[in-house]
Amino acid sequence: MIAMLIRRIIQAAMVMLVVAFISFSLFQFVGDPINNMVGQEASQQDRAELRDRLGLNDPIPIQFFRFVGNAVQGEFGISYRMARPVSDVIAERLPATLELALVSGVLAISLGIGLGVYTALRRDGWLSHFIMSSSLIGVSLPTFLIGILLIYVFSVELQWLPSFGRGETVQVTENWSTGLLTLSGWKSLILPSITLGLFQLTLLMRLVRAEMLEVLRTDYIKFARARGIKQRSIHFRHALKNTLLPVITIAGLQLGSIIAFAIITETVFQWPGVGLLFINAIRFVDIPFMSAYLLLIALVFVIINLIVDLLYFAVDPRLRVTKRSASR
Amino acid sequence: MTEPLLSVRDLVVEFPKRKTRLTALDHVTFDIYPGEILGMVGESGAGKSLTGAAIIGLLEPPGHIAAGEIWLKEQRIDKLPYEQMRRLRGKRIAMIFQDPLTSLNPILTIADQLIETLQTHLPLSDKDARARAIQLLDEVGIPAASKRIDDYPHQFSGGMRQRVVIALALAGEPELIIADEPTTALDVSVQAQIIDVLKRMCHDYGTAVMLVTHDMGVIAEACDRVAVMYAGRIAEIGDVRQIVKDPQHPYTQGLMGSIPSLTERVDRLVQIPGSMPRLDAIPAGCAFNPRCTQQFDRCKQQRPDLIKTKKGQVACWLYDGESS
Ligand SMILES: Nc1ncnc2c1ncn2[C@@H]1O[C@H](COP(=O)(O)OP(=O)(O)O)[C@@H](O)[C@H]1O
Ligand code: SF4
Ligand SMILES: [Mg+2]
Repeated sequence: MIAMLIRRIIQAAMVMLVVAFISFSLFQFVGDPINNMVGQEASQQDRAELRDRLGLNDPIPIQFFRFVGNAVQGEFGISYRMARPVSDVIAERLPATLELALVSGVLAISLGIGLGVYTALRRDGWLSHFIMSSSLIGVSLPTFLIGILLIYVFSVELQWLPSFGRGETVQVTENWSTGLLTLSGWKSLILPSITLGLFQLTLLMRLVRAEMLEVLRTDYIKFARARGIKQRSIHFRHALKNTLLPVITIAGLQLGSIIAFAIITETVFQWPGVGLLFINAIRFVDIPFMSAYLLLIALVFVIINLIVDLLYFAVDPRLRVTKRSASR
Repeated sequence: MTEPLLSVRDLVVEFPKRKTRLTALDHVTFDIYPGEILGMVGESGAGKSLTGAAIIGLLEPPGHIAAGEIWLKEQRIDKLPYEQMRRLRGKRIAMIFQDPLTSLNPILTIADQLIETLQTHLPLSDKDARARAIQLLDEVGIPAASKRIDDYPHQFSGGMRQRVVIALALAGEPELIIADEPTTALDVSVQAQIIDVLKRMCHDYGTAVMLVTHDMGVIAEACDRVAVMYAGRIAEIGDVRQIVKDPQHPYTQGLMGSIPSLTERVDRLVQIPGSMPRLDAIPAGCAFNPRCTQQFDRCKQQRPDLIKTKKGQVACWLYDGESS
């Protein structure tokens, strides 16, 4: 168990190091950062001095280690565009993105599993057919179009829900302002989180359904039926856990992509999160911000992966016991 | 003579197929008596598994019983509502499948599966159910049963898992177990042990068995009577000694002729020239006629039903007029 955990953490660290290198290379390939920092009229001398002071004349490996060292401490330099420390900007905007991702993630996972199980168990019901056909829309329509359609229907026509922003927020800590404590905050969350979660929801639902149907065809389910086990128990005790086992990985990855894909939704709804900032950062070639964002997303994926591995370990007795007998 | 425990009468199982339908079981008729072991042999695809599935009410749609009756003692069971049939499964009729590696739920412990099965059919407290579960495991020959009961299926070998499966099937103390090739997937070295366990347990509990197998050694060793199936029909039923030593149906004769000796085990029974027809191409008259060395005119026109002879029952025109 401990050995497994250590191995996974080392792997995660390696992945982060690779991403850090890519992140770091951004600086090397996209123009001379000095140009972005000093005015047109700065002399050659000024430039050389600044270059020296920033350590840009050091060998690349040294620069890289300095970059990693800073990144570990949350130091990503000054945003070219906003002229403020990148870490401050991100800390300020991250809560909005995390709240949006959390709500869509919970929505996607709970409804995805619930509807997947329902459509598998009531395979021939009209409601299942209806859900399955409408799920095609969720898979095939691009996110921004769904967002725009929702805005058109619920904000423009019906005027029930706001079309942009987070609504009223409450400052919880110095850096954390939450929209989860106000009615208008929740109202503002509805459309963006549906937009962001719909694709993952439908994907997850179809996956759960297919997996559940597969499990219901297995010998151990047939044998359980042949022993007279009650239908309820067959479905929810014998089949469900086996169904969800392979779904864990996908669900984890999807949670990661929800955060990554928040960019589009945040743009459509003018949601003041890090994704929206990233779009602007690209336009201004704001390298420090971009590299920090890249590392952040990678970190999210790596952490989710780690959690997924641990979950498997907790849920699948086959993994757990092999490990135990191996260490005996 | 005692009353049969199970009576299958003119059972027809069909699969709808586009505009037509496939008749997979065609007027299958046989009895199983209390406590006996009825062997069921026949080439792959003859309809042995379907017969078992139809009896226990687990035919997979679109397959369904199109005609016939199944009686368990005085109760007709082929048209029971789901809940009534469910309560009967495991309690009065149980089933053992071919592959013990896939028959057990990988994420539930043996205790989970055994205790739930016991409590489904018997009014046992958790404590009593656990004690009974350990006792059952002990009886089927799991060493250190009280410790192993909390293990997961993958911690057991194939042979041990099939013992657990037998314990599970016997948990409700059923009157009949349908064992569908219970040793085919196992290592040759443990096959005999498993048959022994099955035989002993069923003897102790007075359980009748419908034992589907390809193994003539098993038939000779374990069974009281044997039914031979061919192309969805019963070709011959009789006492095991008669079937093995003095088979009547030309198909059974071919099967027995293909066995070098009873001590040597054969898995596949297809040494008769030709192969069993597909369901959509069963010839008119006797289904065996294209492969039969003794066939004559009538065989191609009229289908023979089971004819009672002095030795048993046989579906073959050679014995017409011999009926007793
Ligand atoms: N779902 C199905 N659709 C069509 N035919 C089927 C289906 N399931 C089984 N059959 C047919 O029923 C026949 C009997 O099968 P089965 O009882 O499994 O044979 P056995 O157990 O004797 O090997 C086979 O010819 C098989 O092709
Ligand atoms: S009925 Fe005719 S074809 Fe069929 S087994 Fe008997 S002799 Fe052969
Ligand atoms: Mg079979």
